[in-house]
Amino acid sequence: MAETTEVYKKHALAIRWTHWINFPILTLMIISGIMIYWANQAYTPFIPNTFFEKLGVDQLLAYGLGIHFFFMWIFAINGFVYALYLLISGEWREILPRLSSFKDALLVALHDLKLRKSLPPQSKFNGAQRIAYFTITLLGFMQLLTGLAIYKPVQLQPLMTLFGGYEGARLLHFIFTILFMLFFMVHILQVLRAGWNNFRSMVTGLEEITEDEVQKAQGLQK
Amino acid sequence: MSSQKPPEKITLTKKEFAKRNRRAFIYAGFSVVCGFLGVRWILNSKPEDETPGALRAMYKANEAIWKKLSSNDRFNSSVARPVDGTEVRINGDIGIDTEMNLSEWVLEYESPTLKKKFTLDELKKLPRSASHSEFRCIEGWSQPISFEGIKFSDFLQAVDPEGVKMPYVGLETPYAEYYVSLDMESMLHPQTTLADMMNGAPLGPDHGEPLRLIIPIKYGIKNLKCIGKIFLAENRPPDYWAENGYDWYAGL
Repeated sequence: MAETTEVYKKHALAIRWTHWINFPILTLMIISGIMIYWANQAYTPFIPNTFFEKLGVDQLLAYGLGIHFFFMWIFAINGFVYALYLLISGEWREILPRLSSFKDALLVALHDLKLRKSLPPQSKFNGAQRIAYFTITLLGFMQLLTGLAIYKPVQLQPLMTLFGGYEGARLLHFIFTILFMLFFMVHILQVLRAGWNNFRSMVTGLEEITEDEVQKAQGLQK
Repeated sequence: MSSQKPPEKITLTKKEFAKRNRRAFIYAGFSVVCGFLGVRWILNSKPEDETPGALRAMYKANEAIWKKLSSNDRFNSSVARPVDGTEVRINGDIGIDTEMNLSEWVLEYESPTLKKKFTLDELKKLPRSASHSEFRCIEGWSQPISFEGIKFSDFLQAVDPEGVKMPYVGLETPYAEYYVSLDMESMLHPQTTLADMMNGAPLGPDHGEPLRLIIPIKYGIKNLKCIGKIFLAENRPPDYWAENGYDWYAGL
């Protein structure tokens, strides 16, 4: 008899597509956002212009605006498809933080920093992941709204007012971008740490059940 | 949480698992190549007015959408009127850096129905209006301003009422070094003003004396300083920053 292996169907096709489409689009949105920001560096006067020159994103305001207002559509549509899938499939439950998620997140962080041996039992995602993925989804939506408020502050004045006016919306859009970049860095570190089996599942959808996976999933039986 | 179903578990032969993985990675690789080529095609598309053609096409699509959604009933009036005498930020001097004798200044006006030169005194007899707004520069900064002068809609009504039928308005500095064009709809917005005063004081040379355009529903780039000529046109007149890679519509 042929050798067999047990696998989870971990990530649905819709999740994998929207995830991987988001990766280059978000990168383009952030780079073009920096090109736009360069023209009026309102919040970071301490960053020298040579920083932008070295990155090659100086003197490109018009180009940055063109890219931003092109790919914003793909970013918005992709995010909409993702949210719609979560709602219809019920998978939103997997990323909605529970009360216990906050305590779990702390334990996960301690474990990841090698200050604690064991992990709390978990389902598909642990407490830290739930909080991170839920927050980043919400943040994507907020970027859409704050972006719209800056884009059309006269036509969408109520939206702009909601974010504390034009300057308020601009500042929030900037802060949320920084949060996105922080998420991005931690996300990549965690993916590297979690290893090939986990990364592969975001491409193939299938995660092989190893000894480690069985232990983690024990939370499921609870 | 009992309502939560665990991820579906399946048993595969190692061979089948490897095959599925291989297939997924081939699809993924193909998608990455397509995505990469797609983005490259967009960013390398043949430039139209200094911006890749695909981005220019999207500017136009966005313009069409926002033209439909926009209304002249919405105002740029979210900030308090600045105290009179507050300094106005100086950001551009294209077209106003030439020596000009103010006493010789006239406003040239041209449309299919009227061709006329207006002196400042003649213009000052027209009905006056005042408003305030948040001036927004495409670079990112903004500033509350107040302004006073003649609403463009009042100007047109007084001198050339037939003019409203023309779809475009062009404006130029006296030697046409700086020039903008706008859609008639935006020019007829109640806040669009041929202004001779800002923040309670007459315009100085840095702000386009004796007369400039203030159009609060557009980015600063459209707010031409020191108007030498206004003309109505059937086709879209040239626009300085639109020729240099920016969105022509620039509507807020």
